[in-house]
Formats: sequence, C-alpha cells, structure tokens
Amino acid sequence: MKARIKFRKYGVMRFIGHLDVMRFFQKAIRRAEIPIAFTSGYSPHMIMSFAQPLGVGVTSDGEYFDIELTEAIASEQAVAQLNAVMVEGIEVTGFREISSDKKASGMTIVAAADYKVTQPQTFQHAEDIRVLSAKWKDSVCAFMKEPQIIVWKKTKRSEKEVDIKPMIYDMHAEDDGIFLFLATGSEQNLKPDLVMEAFLRFIGENPEEVPLHFHRLEVYAKNPESAGGTTKNDFISLEDLGKDIVTT
Amino acid sequence: MRKLALTDDILMKIEKPARYIGNEVNSVMKDKTKVDIRFAMCFPDVYEIGMSHLGIQILYDMFNRREDVWCERVYSPWTDLDAVMREKKIPLFALESQDPIKNFDFLGITIQYEMCYTNILQILDLSGIPIKTKDRTEEDPIVIGGGPCTYNPEPLADFFDLFYMGEGETVYDELLDLYKKNKAAGGSRWDFLEMAAEVEGIYIPSFYDVEYKEDGTILSFTPNNVHAKENIKKQVVMDMSSAPYPEKPVVPFIKATQDRVVLEIQRGCIRGCRFCQAGMLYRPTREKDVEVLKDYAYKMLKNTGHEEISLSSLSSSDYSHLKELVTFLIDEFKSKGINISLPSLRIDAFSLDVMGQVQDIRKSSLTFAPEAGSQRMRDVINKGLTEEIILDGAGQAFEGGWNKVKLYFMLGLPTETEDDMRAIPELADKIARRYYEIPKDQRNGKCQITTSTSFFIPKPFTPFQWARMYTNEEYISRAAIVKHAFNDQLNRKSLKYNWHDAEVTVLEGVFARGDRKTSAVIEEAYRLGCLYDSWSDQFDNNKWMQAFENTGLDIAFYNHRERSLDEVFPWDFIDIGVTKDFLKREWNHAMNAEVTPNCRMKCSGCGVAKWKGGVCIESKN
Repeated sequence: MKARIKFRKYGVMRFIGHLDVMRFFQKAIRRAEIPIAFTSGYSPHMIMSFAQPLGVGVTSDGEYFDIELTEAIASEQAVAQLNAVMVEGIEVTGFREISSDKKASGMTIVAAADYKVTQPQTFQHAEDIRVLSAKWKDSVCAFMKEPQIIVWKKTKRSEKEVDIKPMIYDMHAEDDGIFLFLATGSEQNLKPDLVMEAFLRFIGENPEEVPLHFHRLEVYAKNPESAGGTTKNDFISLEDLGKDIVTT
Repeated sequence: MRKLALTDDILMKIEKPARYIGNEVNSVMKDKTKVDIRFAMCFPDVYEIGMSHLGIQILYDMFNRREDVWCERVYSPWTDLDAVMREKKIPLFALESQDPIKNFDFLGITIQYEMCYTNILQILDLSGIPIKTKDRTEEDPIVIGGGPCTYNPEPLADFFDLFYMGEGETVYDELLDLYKKNKAAGGSRWDFLEMAAEVEGIYIPSFYDVEYKEDGTILSFTPNNVHAKENIKKQVVMDMSSAPYPEKPVVPFIKATQDRVVLEIQRGCIRGCRFCQAGMLYRPTREKDVEVLKDYAYKMLKNTGHEEISLSSLSSSDYSHLKELVTFLIDEFKSKGINISLPSLRIDAFSLDVMGQVQDIRKSSLTFAPEAGSQRMRDVINKGLTEEIILDGAGQAFEGGWNKVKLYFMLGLPTETEDDMRAIPELADKIARRYYEIPKDQRNGKCQITTSTSFFIPKPFTPFQWARMYTNEEYISRAAIVKHAFNDQLNRKSLKYNWHDAEVTVLEGVFARGDRKTSAVIEEAYRLGCLYDSWSDQFDNNKWMQAFENTGLDIAFYNHRERSLDEVFPWDFIDIGVTKDFLKREWNHAMNAEVTPNCRMKCSGCGVAKWKGGVCIESKN
C-alpha cells in the first residue's frame, strides 16, 4: 500500500535544507514506528520519495512525500504518531492512501504550486511583514498585462532568455502579499523568486535591496478531469488525490 | 516560538545554518527562570564534529536530569560566521536558549586534542569572556575544562578557572551543589573556587605556583592556597553498568560525523601498549553488563530513529561478551534495516563471519594496526600483534573473499632504526604475497594494501613520556625511507602508501608535554589568526612558527630532549592511579624490547588495583 504524507514547514525549520528534511523524516518514521517498506539488497533503504524540493528560507503548508507501507495504518493514528516525534517547525497534516499505479504516485505528477510572497520590514526577520503598498498592487496588474515576461534563466549548461509569462498561471495582489500560481515540476518549472525578480525589475526596484519572504501554500497535479487549461480547477492538490485510511 | 540569536540575513548567507539554530530532536528545553544553574557545554570544534562526541552527550543527559540545572550546547562557529560575529559584535550563544554564553554560570569545555587550543580562545573571545582567568570578574561564567588533554592541563592553565580530572560521572553533582550553595549564600567567585579546590579531582591552576630551574625544567610545583591539594586524583566510575548514559541522545538535522547510536561497551584497555595514553588513563578496564547494553540498544534506536548502531571502546575484541552482543544486534535489528557498524576487531573466524553478515565483502576492507613494522619494534611498544597473527588473519580473510587491507603504523618510535622503517613495506608486501598464493581463478582480482603512517608523539602518563621527538625534516626523511622501500617490493603495484604531514605533529608534541610557559604561544598564535588548526585547509604553520619566535619559546626544549628519569613533569601533580614507578619500569622494558603481558594474563602492578574494580578483580570474584 502506498501512502502520501503532507506536512507544514515553518519557523526555524525553514533553515533546514531539503536533503536534511529527508533525513529528518527517515529517522522520524522509525521513531513513530510507521510500518514502512524497505528495498531489498545489501543495504536496504526506506521506500520514500519527496515532491518538489523547497529552498532554504522558504516556509510551506503543502510539503509532500510518498512511502510504501507493509501494512495499513489508520490515517488519524499515523498522523498522531508522527506528530508525537516531530520538532517545532514541522507538523504532519495528512497521511493518505494513494493509488499504487506508478503514474499516480511518485513525484513526477507535480504540475503546479502556489505561493504567498510577503514583504518583511527588513532582511533580518521574515515574520515581521508590512502591508502591501498601493503602488505594488497596481503594478502587479500592469505586470500581468505584459504580453511577454522575458528573464534570464540559468539551466544546467547555459543561461538563456525565456518568456516566463505562460508559466505564471496566476499572479495577483492581496492585502498582505502577492499570490503566485506557477507551473512546477519536471515538465515546466518556474521558481517564485525568479518571478519576483522580474517583477521588481519591472517596477524599477533592485531585487537585492528588497526583502521578500516566500511561503508555499500547496502543490498540485493535473486534474484528470481537466481539458488541459491552467486555472485552479484544472489542477488538484496532491492531498486530494489520496483518501484517508480507516482501519477496523 | 524561539527567537534565534542570528537574524535571517546572516543565516541565509552562512554555510549550514542548521549548525546554529538548535531545535534538534531530544535537545532539552527548560524554563530558564526555574533553574538555579545554567551550564554551557562546549566542544571547541565545528558542530558536526562536536555533536559526534559521546562524552558531551553523557554529561548533557546527566546534567539535565537535575531539575535545578539547564545544560545547553555550544560549538565553534565556522570561520564564515566567526567573521560576521566579530563585525556585528554578536556574542556567542548557546544552541537551546540562544542566550549569550556570558550570562551562564558555567562554561564547560571538553578538550579532546591539542590542535583545538586556539578554538578554545575563540570561544572565550566571541563570548566576551576575558581569555585569562586572572582578568575575569563576578560577571563571567566559571570556565571549566575536562577531557583527555587535561591530563596535562598546564599549556591551558592561564585560560581555565578549573579543570575536572577524570570521568565526569563522579563529582560533578557535588561541584554543582557547592556552586548553588555558594550562590545562595552570596559567596564570590573566589569563594566558590576555594570550595571547589576541596573536591576530589578538581584542579584550580591559579592556586599553584611553578618555579623553574635554570635549564628550563621544573624546580617545584606548590600550592599557594590552603584549600588546594598537593595531588589531584583522577576520578573513575567503578560501576559502569549503572553509570548514567543517555537513552535519548540529541539527533542533529545535518549529518554529523557520528550519525548513529553509539553503545559504549567498556572503558579502559587491558593491552598496555606503551605509546597509548588512553590505555593508561582509563585503567582499569571496566565492562558494561551485556543485558544493560541490549536494553540501551532498543531504547536508543527507538528514541533517535537512527539507522545505524555502533560499539565504542578501546580494543573491542577484548569485551568478554562481544560475540553475544554482536549476534544479538544482528538478529534483532538487521531485518529492520539497521546497519551494524563493527568496531575494528581482531581477525578470526568469528569476526570474519559477522563482518560477512553486515558488510559487503567486495567493498569493505580489513584493518590492522601493527603500529610498527618489525617484531623488535613491536616488542618495544608492547603491541602483542605478531607477523604470524597478521598473515594468518589476512589469509583467512582473503580466502573469505576480501581483497582490501588497511595497515596503520607509526614512525619515530623510540629506538627506531632504518631496518624498522623498511620492515613496514616488507610486511605490506608479505600480506600481498599471501593474497597471490590463492589460485588465480579463486581470487577476486588484484589486492589493495593501503599503508598509512603517522608520527609518534610521546604523551604524558605513558611509559614513553620520557622519549624524545624529532624535527619536521627528520620525520619527512623517515617517511621518505619508507616510501623508497615501497618501490623495492615485489608487489609494489598492489601497495599504496600515505603519510601524514609532520608540521602538526611537532606542535602536538609541544602541547602534549608543554608547561605553563607554552600558553603564551597559544595566545600569540590565536592573536596572529590561527584557528581550526586540526583542519588541514585552515592550518597555517608559518603563523605558529611566528608565534614561537614572538614569544621566544624553543620547540627543541619541548621536543628534542630525552627527559631524565628524575625530571619533574608539569603533570606530575595528577594521580591517575597508574604509578610513575610502573611507567619507569615499562620504559626500561621498552629499552630492552621486553614485552609485558596484558591485564587478563597477569597483573603487572600498575597501581590501579587499589580501586578494586574492573579487570583487577575479575578472576578473584
């Protein structure tokens, strides 16, 4: 049986990088005595795969990894057992069974993610944020009306000009920050800091001088029922692809 | 939510911010308003090294069991953060509360190797604590040192208010109670030090005066305070099985050097190798009950979630229930995906069998530490390993499928000749020959024999404490002799030779047996910018040489003299249980290449039997 675990990452844990969060959960799963399956062979390791890495400094309400179970465990119980061995800054919010079909599992299904970008008062404290200015609110509208948004994008081999506009599914201003809905995953991937950099340049600000904090809200797969658009309805959260496990 | 001492912009700029944020699984948080004593426990090296140290985990657990004490951790900030802290004047802080070290009652520093001495000064400096004990006031924490290097504390005498001699499990409670009592009574720092001086095992360097002879050696070492004891007795735990041990060690977020559960199976060593300080300091050999260890294995794996467990001790093969314990660990945990990391074991049928079960034979290698190439030299150092045992062990392993061997030797041992040096490659070659005796179709390609040499450093409280050392150039020329002799071997293509740099050896030699005068060199080297000297990419020998020049101290005085048997050593006031008479006897045996049997074969009367414990009473029960 395959299970998908959803967790939040906040507070000081934003300084722990992706690989270390993976290591943290490998140990946490042992402490929580979750019946996880191992690979066979000389040095068996846990069957576990993480979705979309989160950058250092970024917080999130929608982090995921999938594991293989050797036996069923009720969702409610698994969440309780895991949260009993967590640290401040990581909270498990979901534990759901997912289809064992290879196409539904694994993290190749990730297609989009949304973010809240806030503006801290200073570079020193991410939590201490300011209200979004009217200028910024107006500028976000203007920015999204641009026919093309050309940025320099670094790839593994080279640096090239890319139009990121088609990968921004939504961008709008809210009172406490900017909402971003972006193409994410192995097919197309747009990082929120690249969008904000382009935006700051658009409004004539130096990106190095403006403190920003990024918070990931949710990670999505393509909705199997969608005709292929890029609105919220065309995607489904990774959590909603699974169902709660109830044992008798 | 906890407020961090470092702001986001700093944490985002430095390497591995996880080193400085605390919050790890099993780290202990307390309400600072509800404790009487705040203790900052420090390992003066980077987090990943410090977090791997068992001793601190033991004391951290033991102190935090007390409701009136909150023990927190602090490690050396890496050079990137060091620069930021100096620039922005950020005081060094403890990981748990993120509060400045300066506000603590105690700063305890474990001193594990000589090349961390400049890091100790960094810790004091960044904390805003005066480097020298004489400049400290009532506002400063009591700075206390412990660990193996404190068996010659004199190079650090100016920097520490007190030293704890011996195993931490014994008199810390008494010391903490005294501190509390003194604080409640409104006593001063000085009052506390005088009270502490009465506690067994506590050494307060400022309570002693040293006078020197004209030749620079010590004339006298005398207490200048009525509370100070003539001799300081090393503290030892006699009942290892019931001594405190952490069931819930702290689990770092980033990979530490020791990223596993560590079971300490015994303390001490029966072997009596004459170069080995640990083998003398931790006498007598004391085992932990195997049932207690099994219980700890369960609990510690459960509480940490670690995927690996290892055993810790000197000469683990001598632990009398080793077979039972290793078999238990394999049977119980291997199916749960737990790796069993074996200590280096004497090669025999049992160890080859368990190694085959827990390691991939093709990838793993056998390790031998003959320490010396010739039998004569091995008799001098009392290493009871013979060529026959090595070749036989290697042969068995080769037939079992292994083809990689690692060999460890020392150069510069007392009485060493060119023949002894050349015997090192010759032994490596004999092992390779043994491999190629196996028919071609039954062996696994070529063999790989990797030989490493380090340079011998005489340590206090060993039979070799009287021995001389050599110059940097002499060490390198000895390594060159070995290197050339490797080229003459029949199987040279299967042999690889690595040697260590000698610059660090020279400095370790000075501080291992240095006196109070050498503290000036440490301070000067730190002032010149030396830090993280145990890291080869940070070590700067030129600065150290400059520090010797600026302070007028002569390396030759510390390293190139063979000391006379009646010389007063800086560490003679410490009583480790092993007598100086025994060490002298052993030194004379060494000069005659005479071996001394191990503690289980025959008691050699080293002196520790007075404690009536461990191996000393084993057969007499």
